[in-house]
Amino acid sequence: MAASLGVVTTIGIVVLLTYQTVQFFQIVNPIDFLTGTVWSASIEPYKFGVLALVSGTLLVATIAMIIGTPLGLLSAILLSEYSSNRVRNIVKPVLETIAGIPTIVLGFFAINFLSPEVLKPIFGDDIGIFSALAGGIVVGILITPLIASISEDAMRAVPRGLREGAYAMGATKFEVVRKVVLPAAVSGVMASIVLAMSRAVGETMAVVLAVGTRPQLTFNPLESVQTMTAFIVQITQGETSQGSVQFLSLFAVAMVLFVITFALNLASAWIVRRYRTAY
Amino acid sequence: MAGLTATPAASSPPRFEPALMRRKLTGTLFYGACLAAIGILIVALLALLLDVLIVGLPWLDIDFIASMPSRRPAQAGVLPALVGSIELAIIVGLITFPVGIGAALYLAEYAPDTRVTRLLQTNISNLAGVPSIIYGIFGLAIFVRLLGLGPVLFSGAATLALVILPLVIIASIEAIKAVPQAQREGAYALGASRWQMVRSSVLPAAAPGIMTGIILAMARAIGEAAPLVVVGAAAFVTSLPQPLSGSFTVLPIQVFNWAQRPQADFQGIAAAAIIVILVLVFILNLLALVVRARLSRHIQW
Amino acid sequence: MVEENPLIAEPPTIRIMASDGRATSAPPDAEPVIELRDVSCFYGSFRAVRNVDLEIAPQRITALIGPSGCGKSTLIRTINRMNDLVPSFRAEGTVLLDGQDLFAREVDPVAVRRRVGMVFQKPNPFPKSIWENVAFGPKINGFKGDLDELVERSLRRAALWDDVKDKLKQSGMALSGGQQQRLCIARTIAIDPEVILMDEPCSALDPRSTRQIEELMVELKRDYTIVIVTHNMQQAARASDTTVFLTMGEDRAGYVVEQGETVSIFTNPQHQLTEDYVSGRFG
Repeated sequence: MAASLGVVTTIGIVVLLTYQTVQFFQIVNPIDFLTGTVWSASIEPYKFGVLALVSGTLLVATIAMIIGTPLGLLSAILLSEYSSNRVRNIVKPVLETIAGIPTIVLGFFAINFLSPEVLKPIFGDDIGIFSALAGGIVVGILITPLIASISEDAMRAVPRGLREGAYAMGATKFEVVRKVVLPAAVSGVMASIVLAMSRAVGETMAVVLAVGTRPQLTFNPLESVQTMTAFIVQITQGETSQGSVQFLSLFAVAMVLFVITFALNLASAWIVRRYRTAY
Repeated sequence: MAGLTATPAASSPPRFEPALMRRKLTGTLFYGACLAAIGILIVALLALLLDVLIVGLPWLDIDFIASMPSRRPAQAGVLPALVGSIELAIIVGLITFPVGIGAALYLAEYAPDTRVTRLLQTNISNLAGVPSIIYGIFGLAIFVRLLGLGPVLFSGAATLALVILPLVIIASIEAIKAVPQAQREGAYALGASRWQMVRSSVLPAAAPGIMTGIILAMARAIGEAAPLVVVGAAAFVTSLPQPLSGSFTVLPIQVFNWAQRPQADFQGIAAAAIIVILVLVFILNLLALVVRARLSRHIQW
Repeated sequence: MVEENPLIAEPPTIRIMASDGRATSAPPDAEPVIELRDVSCFYGSFRAVRNVDLEIAPQRITALIGPSGCGKSTLIRTINRMNDLVPSFRAEGTVLLDGQDLFAREVDPVAVRRRVGMVFQKPNPFPKSIWENVAFGPKINGFKGDLDELVERSLRRAALWDDVKDKLKQSGMALSGGQQQRLCIARTIAIDPEVILMDEPCSALDPRSTRQIEELMVELKRDYTIVIVTHNMQQAARASDTTVFLTMGEDRAGYVVEQGETVSIFTNPQHQLTEDYVSGRFG
């Protein structure tokens, strides 16, 4: 009975989003929505090209992955292969602390310190107080513990015998990690990366503060953009009437967000199943 | 011994150039990179904490905690937000506790190993990966609109409960599955019924893991803002939130509102509110450790 | 600070050949290739092995036998410095390989392990192709030459070539237990070690694979010195030239009771303990 709540919720979410999205598509052409690159929901003339928002989300998420993946992987290797008590006692608490910080705090850090004190001096006039880069950096920090913990589990699961066999042939520690452990753990590591991507895409509070509210299709990380999640927050904060097209657009954007994160989550599980190294 | 000579092997041995120095150097550089990674994380973490403390501490005093928010930063306080957060956490805990444990128990102990069960479990895993803001939209539609509760604290709590339930269930299932089979068999051997066995053998043994999972999920709930923004947490609340009526707000929302204003004073009180949140989260984490230690004391296997 | 690593500049491998060109076992009084002098092994403060003096003659099979827990594995893992991977491990005494002290400060364990190979109890091929398994050692050790030829040569010497020559790209894990172990032997000899240590290599295998590996060992001793730890007394009696008997003392540390020609250890042991063990009275 309680477990079926899960199914009810999933069905409920899908039904709700679909229903409202369909209503939205009665006002706005779905093709325009899915392929349009200009998003202007509150300012006339109204345009609902979701690609502007999607590109904002992807820009931030990509920067986050560029930062989070090496930091997370290297930390995982530290914990799994170079693990002494000293290392564990520093690395694990750091990762767990970062994981426990509410995301709003990271958003605050972005606009209060990162943008004015670090990014502005570096980029000068090319960057404003809001930028995809600022959001990407803090989200990258945010997802590092996720990548680290799943990758560490994957590496620890590699049997000791494999490492010993490599050492016995005169391999250095780095060679054992690079040529034996990582290849054997690759499915877990890849799954962690895809999961982290999903998390970065769905992140709200950190980007809402850091990235701004200017929906535009751009690949320049120094620009201010708007992500799907930030738009949802913006609409619900304001006074929008229930039946209005702006309100409905919220559901359509949420639908896109849901589909993307759901697909990424499924991909992550599939990667583990399909590419698991047998040992 | 006639006929024995020492000569190099008849077939010439394979030639190796082990290049040991270079390989070791590469290894050391790599190790350095790993240390640099954790160094960067430490620096970032310290920068964040220092920033919050430096900006926020000057604004943190008893008045701050005990007052209502105000248009003027100097007189603003977080009392409604603080009360809101605490009430929210309690209600979320009360909802999650029975539902989460019940679902976990069912899935881990009672459910037969069929496709349906596995589907339910996969479903829960998928729900754990849904962005929290989507739960907000769902909560808005169901609790606020459909059930007519309106944008009150309870709607927010119910929504957040949905957010953290999958995590609680997953953690509880793991804790339950970690109980050794021997414990269960021992109880059965003494003639216990299924429920008696679960109550006496499984639950106490899994309790530390379950309680830790719930408390940590509550810590997560205290920090969540996105779903509540959607559900309708108010921007400016000047009375203490009641669960079922009136507008409400919580600490993260308050931070969100203040942090959006560029004036240094508002940044200051935003940081002060963040300190309050971090203290709460810290207390909860500590509580989780204590609870885990106390409950584990009775387990030996 | 660049340290001179004596084990990088390698002396040419010396094989002792009979006059008809076929390599054979060295006479018992040839220079020992490995010497242990007063070696004790510690894990933290626990002494696992006590005051061992041992000589391993070249191109013979030396078997270490004894009841379980008496430190045989610890001892051979000390020889190729595998125990370095255990943080609490410490060795005292001297271990010499061709007269070089393996525990000298400037000696790198990585270099040691190229010259002293090891085959483990549970076959541990990499989850890679068979070819990759055998080529792994040569590649990381900077092999200059024809890798395909080396892989084939190693697989032939390990009596595995005929079984796998058509499926070199298949995963090493798809082989049977005995085949996996021969694969592990093949990859070990691909880097041309002087000594091959074997830690109970047959205990996870069925009897037929065990016989195959034992026959392989006798073949291999023409070119390599072999030290084998075994629980199986019949195996030691069948396959080895020299036997070393260890047991556990009251302080739970292992020590060498007796060593000598296999034939005499089993038919005419000097020590009462040895006699008790080989006749099955304990262990």
